[in-house]
Amino acid sequence: MSKYRNSFLKEVEEKVEEGNWVKMCMQCGVCAGSCPFGPHWAHPPQEIFMMIRAGKREEVLSSDSMWMCTSCYQCIVRCPRKLPITHIMHGLATYASRLGLVPKSQPTQAFGQLFWDNLVKVGRVNELKLSLGLYFKDGFGQGVKNAMAMQSVGLGLMKAKRLNPMEFFGGHGVSDKSGFHAMLKKAQEIEDQRKKPA
Amino acid sequence: MADMKIAAYICQGCGLGERLNTAALAKVAQKEGKAALVKEHAFLCNAEGVQMIRDDIANEAVTHVVIGACSRRAKTEAFGFTDVAVMRANLREGVIWCQPDTDEAREFTQEMAEDYIRMGCAEAKKVKLAEVNPATATCRRVLVVGGGVSGMTAALEASRAGYEVVLVEKTGALGGWASKLYKRTPARSPFADPQDTPVAELTAAIEADGNIKVYLNSVTSKTAGAPGRFNVDISQESGSTVTELVGSIIQATGFSLYDANKLPELGYGKSANVVDQAGLEALAKAANGGAIKRPSDGGEVKTVVFVQCAGQRDDSGTHLAYCSGSCCLTSVKQAMYFKDANPDIDTVVVYQDLRMPGNGEDFYRSGQNKGVIFTKGKVSSVEATGNTCKVNFHDLILNDQTAIEDADLVVLATGQVPNSGTDIELLQVAEMEAVSSTTPEIEARIAGLKGASILNLQYRQGPDMPQLKYGFTDSHFICFPYETRRTGIYSAGPVRRPMDMAQAMEDATGAAMKAIQVVENASLGRAAHPRSGDLSFPSFRREGCTQCKRCTVECPFGAIDEDEQRYPVFNESRCRRCGTCMGACPVRVISFENYSVESVGQQIKAVEVPDEFSEKPRILILACENDAYPALDMAAMNRNVYSAFVRVIPVRCLGSVNTIFVTDALNSGYDGVMMMGCKHGDDYQCHFVKGSELANYRMSKVDDTLKSMGLEKERVQTFEVAITDIDRVPQLINDYAAKIQEIGMSPLKGF
Amino acid sequence: MAKQYSFYPGCSSQKGASSSNYLTSTNSMCKYLDIQLNEIPDWNCCGASIGYAGGGELPRITLSARNIALSEQHNPGQDVVATCAACWLATREAKERLDHSEQMKADANTALKEAGLVYNGQQKARHMVEVLIEDIGFEALGKGVKKPLKGLKIAGYVGCQTNRPFGVNGESFENPMYLDNMIETLGAEAVTYDQKVTCCGGALAFSEPEKSQKQIKDIIESAYDHGADMIVTPCPLCQANVEIYQGEVNKRFGTKFNIPVTYYSQLITVAYGGSASEAALDGQLIRATKLEDLAGK
Repeated sequence: MSKYRNSFLKEVEEKVEEGNWVKMCMQCGVCAGSCPFGPHWAHPPQEIFMMIRAGKREEVLSSDSMWMCTSCYQCIVRCPRKLPITHIMHGLATYASRLGLVPKSQPTQAFGQLFWDNLVKVGRVNELKLSLGLYFKDGFGQGVKNAMAMQSVGLGLMKAKRLNPMEFFGGHGVSDKSGFHAMLKKAQEIEDQRKKPA
Repeated sequence: MADMKIAAYICQGCGLGERLNTAALAKVAQKEGKAALVKEHAFLCNAEGVQMIRDDIANEAVTHVVIGACSRRAKTEAFGFTDVAVMRANLREGVIWCQPDTDEAREFTQEMAEDYIRMGCAEAKKVKLAEVNPATATCRRVLVVGGGVSGMTAALEASRAGYEVVLVEKTGALGGWASKLYKRTPARSPFADPQDTPVAELTAAIEADGNIKVYLNSVTSKTAGAPGRFNVDISQESGSTVTELVGSIIQATGFSLYDANKLPELGYGKSANVVDQAGLEALAKAANGGAIKRPSDGGEVKTVVFVQCAGQRDDSGTHLAYCSGSCCLTSVKQAMYFKDANPDIDTVVVYQDLRMPGNGEDFYRSGQNKGVIFTKGKVSSVEATGNTCKVNFHDLILNDQTAIEDADLVVLATGQVPNSGTDIELLQVAEMEAVSSTTPEIEARIAGLKGASILNLQYRQGPDMPQLKYGFTDSHFICFPYETRRTGIYSAGPVRRPMDMAQAMEDATGAAMKAIQVVENASLGRAAHPRSGDLSFPSFRREGCTQCKRCTVECPFGAIDEDEQRYPVFNESRCRRCGTCMGACPVRVISFENYSVESVGQQIKAVEVPDEFSEKPRILILACENDAYPALDMAAMNRNVYSAFVRVIPVRCLGSVNTIFVTDALNSGYDGVMMMGCKHGDDYQCHFVKGSELANYRMSKVDDTLKSMGLEKERVQTFEVAITDIDRVPQLINDYAAKIQEIGMSPLKGF
Repeated sequence: MAKQYSFYPGCSSQKGASSSNYLTSTNSMCKYLDIQLNEIPDWNCCGASIGYAGGGELPRITLSARNIALSEQHNPGQDVVATCAACWLATREAKERLDHSEQMKADANTALKEAGLVYNGQQKARHMVEVLIEDIGFEALGKGVKKPLKGLKIAGYVGCQTNRPFGVNGESFENPMYLDNMIETLGAEAVTYDQKVTCCGGALAFSEPEKSQKQIKDIIESAYDHGADMIVTPCPLCQANVEIYQGEVNKRFGTKFNIPVTYYSQLITVAYGGSASEAALDGQLIRATKLEDLAGK
């Protein structure tokens, strides 16, 4: 009975980053036509916005679509209604992640989570661990295969001094780790309080 | 008028002196053109050159001036002498700018220029300076038919400009459609919220205006005359009739909503909870800012669905084919009636394309901001169950066959049907049928059509204005807003084309200006649009007339009536001076002082046609002065070269081309005739509506004539040329010249 | 007197990381241009464009707020300058949202307090190319050129994040000219091609390699077809994706690309007379031989 009612739209407005813009979409489709990964979206942004307005909560939040965003910002600069589409897509992805509705093994979700965990740990991204983490996300055997496939790239980077195997043992990071962690913990607390899932 | 004295002036400026032998041109004017006074000048349009001409007019009793310089479209102020007849031999755009500047081209270029001088002098001999018609009508009052927002606005605008107004309203109160509204769509920045209608304000202004005489409960039962002298019978409900003399008329009779009873599939008539936009306004008026209740049981309204394009934009031929251009705005406004009262009410607008004219985009955005849901979709049906409805539709974004259930109220946006009175074309058809056999059915049909008339015009072409499309009384949606095809009668508001209130008010202001313009022109004996200022008007030689009625039937503006003996009666202030009557007349008795069969015919004959063996064909171009001739000028400005064998004569409209021009040209040994006019048909561009279409029809009959003369049909061809055809028109000429070369020279030379 | 900026180098520029050559050449370039970069002490990752998968709005914004707060504390009165497109974008976006919303600013400061910091929003967030264009200008930049990059045909690959959504120097998003102007200023020829602002796949080059490599292929193909013998970019992720994956692209699409991808900072260093090692040309996977030759002359 919630079809084309405002209930899900209101949830998005309250819980999703920049979600209050969704109602302003005028369905022109410029975003869909501008996206470099356009053909790979099951539902382009324009459709996602309409689905939200049509009350299709599960379909939207469990969709693979917003994970196709490459953050190129093409949709933002072209949107005649100036919707921050990139951010809304990120926001929907974050919200879906938090609700645990993301399709299983969504690669960008997995990589993004890895990236976040990686940077949270020491305050800076460790590219070696990030790549290895990605290769081994589907288990050890697959990881070795993945790593072997990219071996030449890795060796080239090492030769050019742009990948350091020693990073595996420590590496770069912020020095004020405790302050950094306390800060993020606090930020997360406030975030949780403000955007508690419905 | 004093004796004719022709003076010819040859300009040497703009390169004419270098490219042409102007002394030879002067000699042509003198010897062949019989100009009494011939002068060359290095820079004719400068102050000194113009003064020289003025002095000659003053001191030498010159009556006709032939200016061999630039196009008639250039330097109109410098050469705009009002006390003599002026001819323009187009040597610049017509000769040196469209011909190559080479030694080889010199001979042909000079020949062209000499012909144009001959033509200018020949024309001069056949025209007179047009003088004001003494029978000028001078009434400056404006009649406004219809007392809605458009009519009231038109009346107030005309009054504020200093003109007396007579306002006739059918019902007992002013206000029309707007008086049925709770609020209107916003007319002021930030265009975010519904606003009060202007009815109270306009009504008060009219009541306070001593210049405006209002007739309520009244209709126009008879309208006779012409701009500056319309006699209008105003019949009142009481039965009395008064006659008012007015100079011009504005018809602002508005629209009716398309009948929602024709849409049973959308639930209308099946549930009290399905209403049209007028129905919703009535509910909102009754609620007066409070909660709008469900009609069926007075229950609370939680969900409202707006169905756009209900019975509109229909390609099946059942309902309205067009978009009414205002219902999207109205639905946003009506959704706000709910949202502003209670943001928790769900309002869904199901649209196919949202069309938000004017500042409607801001209003749409405001609606979105208030939480109105807009869904692109096509509603297939509305099912009424109990006190709610189910709206079945195809979501066109999600490609989903879906439904909104439990809607408490469904509003159908059914669109505007113009209140334009009698369809005179249908009436003509019925009257034609009645001529052959009269049946009660046909008689009833005729009576019904006549009974629907609003203006009850006493014109031979019918009691109301011609309709352009779907019953709207426009003459051209883009080029000539406010103009209708009845001079001095203007339509304003939704009777002219579908529109919202803001546009209607603007429209009414425009129509008021046209109504003022036409009475002023009529009082001076001048033409209205598009030959505004022209003083000439058609006259006919009664002894030669065969009473064939071609002129009265073909006049696109209904300017010509017939007297008891079926001779034409020209209502000069209704006339647009297009010359379509002149083109139509088989016995060539219709002419203007400054434009006639003779004035064109003598130009055709003045051209020197070389003999068959010269390899110099001659092609006559009759070019519409509104589009084709400017296109030729502009082509020349771009230095687009075209054949040196053409000789161009501008005509007022292709409708003014008499078939005698063509036969004269062919008999004189021309090898081909090109006629260039505007696009005709449904999306015509003819400035005189029907001129180019009529010309095309007449020329389709020329083939037989050609055959009898032993000529190929390619020797006469009609072309549609738009003002923008700057590159195309030289190409058309060159292609045609090549074709003539192929067919060979005319066998009729030298006879 | 050298121009002073509060420098935010970013994770990928660190020693042994994927754009360490960007930092090396930036340092050389700044030396030649008399620009002093004062690194923000103890800066942290900006969250980049992919952090949203794990971090919500406020945690991500707080990351940038911490960098700005540190900058305000240690490098007062200086603009924050980043070389990495994502670092710049994240910092500028965070600043915009913090300055736009009192609530956001208060929340971020509550979190920052835990690290003993405070965000005031007094410093502008700028990209290095803005410094070059706005503070130095093409004319002055051109005057210092010692070895014009004559004969080099370069495709200026602007990509996404220095271009959208903020843009540089008020230029068009569809066809920004600043990189081409810079190339021409240095004496090289800027190639006109149609993939100047096409996305390389960004972070999705890792998670969606197939889809991203199609993007990369289109970019390289167009540059190549229009006669470029080198691609230059202002973005470390663009550089990495377009250079590193050429082998993968060749395998996948049967192409034979081998086109060097460099940074503008490397071009400027060479044009200003710097050595190949100052320009970090040894950091190329695909050697920019023509540039190396010029540097060696």
